[in-house]
Amino acid sequence: MIGLSHYLFVAAALFCIGVYGVLTKKNAIAVVMGIEFMLNAVNINLIAFNHFMAPNHVIGQLFAIFIIGVAAAEVSLGLAIILSLYRQRHLVAIDEMDILKW
Amino acid sequence: MNISVVSLELAALSIGFLIIIFGLIFPSFRSSKTGGYLAIIGLLSMLIGSFFLPASNTQTFINAFYVQDDLALFFKQLFILAAIFINAMSLHYLKPYTKNKGDYFALTFFALTGMMVMASAAEFITLYIGLELMTFTFVLLTAYKKQDLKSGEAGLKYILLSAISSGVLLYGLSLLYGLTGKLDFAGISSVFSLGATSPLVVWAIIMLLSGLGFKIALVPFHMWTPDVYEGAPTPITAFLAVGSKAAGFIAFIRVFFHVFSVYTSIFMPLLITLTVLTLLIGNLIALAQTHLKRFLAYSSIAHAGYILLGVIAYSKLGLSAILFYLMLYLFANIGAFAGVTALVINTGHDRIADLTGLWKRSPFLSVIFLISLLSLAGIPPTAGFIGKFYLFTEAIHQGYLWLAALALGMSLVAIYYYLMVLRTLLSGTNEETKSFIIPFSLRLVMIVSAGMTLVIGIWPGPFTDIALRIAQSFL
Repeated sequence: MIGLSHYLFVAAALFCIGVYGVLTKKNAIAVVMGIEFMLNAVNINLIAFNHFMAPNHVIGQLFAIFIIGVAAAEVSLGLAIILSLYRQRHLVAIDEMDILKW
Repeated sequence: MNISVVSLELAALSIGFLIIIFGLIFPSFRSSKTGGYLAIIGLLSMLIGSFFLPASNTQTFINAFYVQDDLALFFKQLFILAAIFINAMSLHYLKPYTKNKGDYFALTFFALTGMMVMASAAEFITLYIGLELMTFTFVLLTAYKKQDLKSGEAGLKYILLSAISSGVLLYGLSLLYGLTGKLDFAGISSVFSLGATSPLVVWAIIMLLSGLGFKIALVPFHMWTPDVYEGAPTPITAFLAVGSKAAGFIAFIRVFFHVFSVYTSIFMPLLITLTVLTLLIGNLIALAQTHLKRFLAYSSIAHAGYILLGVIAYSKLGLSAILFYLMLYLFANIGAFAGVTALVINTGHDRIADLTGLWKRSPFLSVIFLISLLSLAGIPPTAGFIGKFYLFTEAIHQGYLWLAALALGMSLVAIYYYLMVLRTLLSGTNEETKSFIIPFSLRLVMIVSAGMTLVIGIWPGPFTDIALRIAQSFL
């Protein structure tokens, strides 16, 4: 029988994978993918909690829908800026973006 | 349904869209400064209108998820004031960088709307939407100078780091939802007051603290601040330093004074650690800066540390000290950044070394820098002294003598580096002797902000009364 803890475990694992990707990847697009992992882990958490703990109210699912919408905006904004930087300097590697430091 | 609660947000959104639509219909509107004048007129009328709005805890919208209390209204007026200043600063600053000025002015309205939503939110979904609306607009504005290498890089760093921080914040919120089954502040705190502490609460608090700490630039989460401040257009840097930080603080106040009021013993040690780190690192790294905007960024990190003393004091007087400090911090910072804007317009650079011999080239600009930086340093005739005095005495009253002593020591370090900048400005000679040209709108911003800094410093009574009245109505 699959219960709440299984969902929470998957979500936590997904969140950790996302954080790992964000911290280690050099490519800006891969970092954006890591962020998506983190946000989707949150969505799984919210919907699982909603289903198992308070099925009568849909606040958790509502929040998940809002997060999906905002995440889409976030990714498109991130990609747009990556694209404009690529046109300007021909790079997508984060560790080469070092004009601003200290 | 009470429409007057959201009237300021609706006004800001409709003026923003109006500027965009005008720009689409009349192509010349996009390239001219008319959008900026429209923006300033609209903001001024919003500011005047906001004083006639009723404010009380019962003024709510959609099941009390959105409140218009005195605290929210105070912060909204602060944001509108900041928006007026930054739009006036942008009028002449933008010319070399872009043809599409109209969109820029419209975007400042969307950032303003996001901040105002954060000020009124009484529920986490609303708070999150307001936060992201503000952040995304700031990212766009940061990356607005398309040809500038620094601007794009700052924009990318800002969007990536803020997305990570909002991911952490959301995970904390999902845990909070799992623990209580609710997302509105009143509901969560009522569940907590029944007293069922789970270890997950600690995780939720840590994650919320890091997510909101990112917005007010607390130290382990401050890495974006200097980079974004340096890369962004200077008026937007001012808006970030003043508006975005104040918006972070209203969320901080609502969450930690309201939602987690039962768990002070859990979050207080964390908050104290972060404050100590912020005070130390913000002030010490500021000593080594050579760029004015990076220097002001580290000074703004340090100021977040001073303001947190008021949160740690956790009392009515502490809250009123925070509100008073945010007021004077707005005027001092706007004055300093308006000075940097004038410097960039005239010399094209923003290094501290470019200030050499400014006293001979532009005495007016030097006086503005003098008043603003002395207020940030907290030296008596200016407002900064009184603000710091209130914060520190309240921290001592609540038994945090060592913390107040540390903050005092660090503000002595701060006085040293502010005076170093002022020494560069007053002494030395520059080969360049051409006098500065300061546009009228920028001059007006400087006069008003420096004047207010002096007025609050010499005659603080009415302003502290306002802050105390609002703090009493909230707690």
